[in-house]
Amino acid sequence: MDTTTRLVTQPTTSVGWRTNRRVQYALKMTMVYLCLATGGFFVSVPFAWMLSTSLKTLGQTFIFPPIWIPVPLQWVNYVKVFEVLPFMRYFINTVYVSGLSVAGILFASSLAGFAFARLRWRGSTVLFVVVLSTMMLPPQVTMIPKFILFRILEWIDTYKPLIVPSLFGTGFQIFLFRQFFSTIPREIDEAARMDGCGFVGTYARIILPLSGPAIITGFLFAFRYNWNEFLEPLIYLNTHSKFTLALGLRLFQGEFTTNWPLLMAASTIAMLPVLLTFYFGQRYFIQGVVISGVKG
Amino acid sequence: MFKLRYAQLEEIYGWLFVTPWLFGFLAFIVGPMLVSVYLAFTNWDILTPAQMVGFDNFVKLTTGDPLVGQALKVTTIYAGVSIPLQVVLGLILALLLNEKIKAMSFVRTVFYLPSVVAGVAVALLWRWIFSPDFGLLNAGLDLVGIDGPAWLADSRTALSALILMSLWGVGGGMLIVLAGLQGVPTTLYEAAEVDGANSWVRFWNVTLPMISPVILFQTVMGIIGALQVFTEAYVMTEGGPKYATLFYMLYLYQNAFEFLKMGYASALAWVLFAYILLLTLLVLRFSAAWVYYEGVSTKAGQ
Repeated sequence: MDTTTRLVTQPTTSVGWRTNRRVQYALKMTMVYLCLATGGFFVSVPFAWMLSTSLKTLGQTFIFPPIWIPVPLQWVNYVKVFEVLPFMRYFINTVYVSGLSVAGILFASSLAGFAFARLRWRGSTVLFVVVLSTMMLPPQVTMIPKFILFRILEWIDTYKPLIVPSLFGTGFQIFLFRQFFSTIPREIDEAARMDGCGFVGTYARIILPLSGPAIITGFLFAFRYNWNEFLEPLIYLNTHSKFTLALGLRLFQGEFTTNWPLLMAASTIAMLPVLLTFYFGQRYFIQGVVISGVKG
Repeated sequence: MFKLRYAQLEEIYGWLFVTPWLFGFLAFIVGPMLVSVYLAFTNWDILTPAQMVGFDNFVKLTTGDPLVGQALKVTTIYAGVSIPLQVVLGLILALLLNEKIKAMSFVRTVFYLPSVVAGVAVALLWRWIFSPDFGLLNAGLDLVGIDGPAWLADSRTALSALILMSLWGVGGGMLIVLAGLQGVPTTLYEAAEVDGANSWVRFWNVTLPMISPVILFQTVMGIIGALQVFTEAYVMTEGGPKYATLFYMLYLYQNAFEFLKMGYASALAWVLFAYILLLTLLVLRFSAAWVYYEGVSTKAGQ
């Protein structure tokens, strides 16, 4: 209504103003797409380079300028990786260690998160502050005494130092679960209590089944950390057959200093589980980021 | 048998549910921290009994070991350059993504995937990218007529290379800022527009203050992360060339597990802890001037 009147009274200026505005918007969006495309190119090109190298022969890596699509594609590199070193062994070891660690972290952290979010007990506020402060503590301070402790327990060169501390949960995960659990309406607990459901029942049969997204988010964070962990396996594992992927990859580097195709094939395989879980769990990861970074 | 009141039962279960964490906290955090304090005042090679040496470790660390200074310098430069770049680039990317663009979730994925991979595989990939003769980076520079440096093999460029590599993970910060941007109420922008604010003014006076807590969070987490860099240095450069990439954490590791100086390494760990704390407090202190908390006046915000 308003616009039409203006159009009628002052047609030229108004039309001019509107086209101007539209041109400006188009110009701005072109800039936006251009920047995103350039940025997107630069962040994706390392992945392309890794994939391309992993499909080359050794000789093809010494061609300059580099070729992007080698002919024929050396898919055999992905088989060789498993032959030159016990790479399957490393993979299974990593699945074992990170699987148990992640399960332990999720279980213990969700228990504590439940106590902080749903139960009223004296000391909970103070203890929650302690939980938060452990998130800030750099692990270096405890690294050496922990090593000594595990040495006394004769746990060196076993998976126990990598798994056992995880079984008690981490500050970050407790924080994450507490935040999620707090969003579930309290009336549900009351209803469960009326039906004779105990605290353990409320946790296991009411809250947990409602917290699928929280568990997935927690899993993504914990899985990535444990899958990539390098320093702790480096300190605790000595026997080659016990190595995790992170340590095994380093052996590749040591033994085949210049065999980049095999190294890149191995790196691709090592990255794949994290890339896939994060690709499919993206929605939950972002939710976790919002909870820990924006609301926190 | 007596019956407990519901509230008492709740109290007991509250403690019961945190017991696993509490045990882990005492056994793997509090206990080791106390031992670490003790170790920092000893000389110990694991094999023979530890000797109390008083403040010797701290004296040596500050006056007798130039590598500590070098490690602090390397780590500080890395943090000081990488974090601001990550924050600014992350902010720009988030602002771009916050426009009404097509295929938003695809573009977001493209930027975010590099930030989720980490560790040895990434370090190896970038070692290959930085390869002086056949690496991707110098091939790209060659296209625009630049004869690229030796990157990791040259003490003048090694640290810059690692900073460049850290920018690959900029999508992580972008996600946090983007989430923050989407939480800014549109009414604020509408009000600003009614007041005649152009897009630049709206950015400075609405967007930036509203997401400043997110940027602060990102900065603090960035500091904590940057001061603990280890894998890249260990796998890609081993601290070299000429100690140009001797990250603090690498030097600490070498002292503890290669030279078996457990006491000295413990002292180093406490110095790092103090340094992280100092930088974090500085940032928090400084943040009172620019971080805006909704419903709280800036003075009280700290």
